[in-house]
Amino acid sequence: MTSIAVNACSVRATLGNAEILHDVSLALPMGRWTSIVGPNGAGKSTLLKVLAGLLPHRGSVALLGQPLPSYSARARAQRLAWLGQNESAGDDLTVWDVAMLGRLPHQSWLAPPSEADRAAVEIALKSTGGWDWRARSLGQLSGGERQRVLLARALAVQAQVLLMDEPLANLDPPHQADWLGVVRCLLESGVTVVSVLHEISMALHSDEMVIMAAGRITHQGISADPATHRALEAVFDQRISIHPLAGQWVALPN
Amino acid sequence: MNVRQATVLVWVLLLLALGLTALGICVGSAGFENLLQPLLNPLDDPEQTAMAQQIVWDIRLPRTLGAWAAGALLGLAGALAQGLFRNPLADPFLLGSASGASLGVALALAAMGSAGGMMGDGLAFSVFGTGWLTRLGLTGAAFGGAVLAVFLTLALSKGVQHTLRLLLAGVVVGVVLGAMTHLVLLWSPESLQAMQAFMLGSTAFVGWTAFAVMAGVWLLASVAGALLARMLDGLSLGEATAHSLGLPLVPMRLALVAVLALATGAAVAQTGLIAFVGLAAPHLVRSVVKTTHGRLILLSSLMGGVLLMAADTLARWLIAPQELPVGVLTAVLGGGYLLWLMHRGTRGGGLSL
Repeated sequence: MTSIAVNACSVRATLGNAEILHDVSLALPMGRWTSIVGPNGAGKSTLLKVLAGLLPHRGSVALLGQPLPSYSARARAQRLAWLGQNESAGDDLTVWDVAMLGRLPHQSWLAPPSEADRAAVEIALKSTGGWDWRARSLGQLSGGERQRVLLARALAVQAQVLLMDEPLANLDPPHQADWLGVVRCLLESGVTVVSVLHEISMALHSDEMVIMAAGRITHQGISADPATHRALEAVFDQRISIHPLAGQWVALPN
Repeated sequence: MNVRQATVLVWVLLLLALGLTALGICVGSAGFENLLQPLLNPLDDPEQTAMAQQIVWDIRLPRTLGAWAAGALLGLAGALAQGLFRNPLADPFLLGSASGASLGVALALAAMGSAGGMMGDGLAFSVFGTGWLTRLGLTGAAFGGAVLAVFLTLALSKGVQHTLRLLLAGVVVGVVLGAMTHLVLLWSPESLQAMQAFMLGSTAFVGWTAFAVMAGVWLLASVAGALLARMLDGLSLGEATAHSLGLPLVPMRLALVAVLALATGAAVAQTGLIAFVGLAAPHLVRSVVKTTHGRLILLSSLMGGVLLMAADTLARWLIAPQELPVGVLTAVLGGGYLLWLMHRGTRGGGLSL
């Protein structure tokens, strides 16, 4: 059987005074791609932050079989990479510098970048198409280009578990397709991928789906399973429906 | 590419500093032509030569180098503050830490002044005293005041996320601490006159001791800045991302506040309140080259040194043989620069500030 990469048990999290996650438990299988979907305000991003150890919470989260707090910050950062949405980004840094920051967990303090670091950054930038403008500063890029650089930053960590919050925001269709290719590559090399997605048709390409509403998980299952499709249609108020098309599942508005 | 630009800028700024040192020695109430002759021909008139040597060596050289060191400290503090608060308007002056430092100096003066009075030894204690203990004591007091002010500002603004709240809090803390400084001075009128030059910001009384203190702190702060630079780069991607990269945010922030306060305190304790150098230096560097914090900190420091040196020379020359307090000049020039930055920011539609 597949083992579990990230395991959350009775997680509750609050932002301000409002409880965002109510007693959420889930297990994310190792080496698989899980998509978290649901309407706005369902708590998807909060859940992702909790899984990444970025938010205080009640309940427990385990990464690769060990409780998350038992890792040192550095050891955790080497194993788990997180790509946020709408994070501020240093406009003055060059694309290369930003991607190199993904290597921070692997570099000793003050050490110059090693060959492995350079190679990792080059692979990451090439796979997201940012290699050609590696000398430009982030402030000169468009929203989509910037998103691809930040994605490269997360890829450069080369972590076993990669959490991405709306990685397709601002990306044009060809680069959304590229992103799918990147994820498939990661899965082949055994990386566990977790993504919060609003593009349901893209999310349907994943292995498993976690469907959330109002701070709870309403369904977790295989993406190709009709039961998952029914749950998806239900969580979006029957406003969309899932259809097969050209060997893929697509979500169409009703 | 950026590395080469940065290297070129380092050399340009170093050369400018060298040129301004030479210029700074020449400008003053006694023109250089009057000094050159006795210096070159010491046999003609030994008395004249001794005086010329004194003017150059004991007065102009330390104050010129002191202007550089103070500017370098403020530039460095500005670059650190802008990186730490991820806010391009952060500046030791705007965050209130400079006012805190001057309150520390005023308190130290009042305390030491009354102590001296009680001992009745008639020891003239002055804000521009040259003794090592005086300088280090004042620097320490300024450091304490600066730390206090930064924490007050942060407490009032409840974090660093909101630019407006941070700036408002900084202004409030600056005004309140400034008022307290004046109150302290009212209680000890004997230090009032010395403090006046100090409040306006002046390099006129910087001697070798003051320069040495600033240079020492600058070296220390530069090393600390270099050690923390990569973390500032990480922080520029946002707090959550920095955290996810395993950076120790809390100790790192504390260390940065300490270095920031130390640099500000050292500069304020020797030269008083000199506004806008810390704000302008990093902006000027960024307008030339976009680079990582490691280089930005060094370049801002060099830029700040050159800025204050130039302002100091200008302040001595504009209404010669009298001179302007350099703080007045930087406030006028820096205020104009800030207005221009804001204007450019709004015209561009985006928030370039």
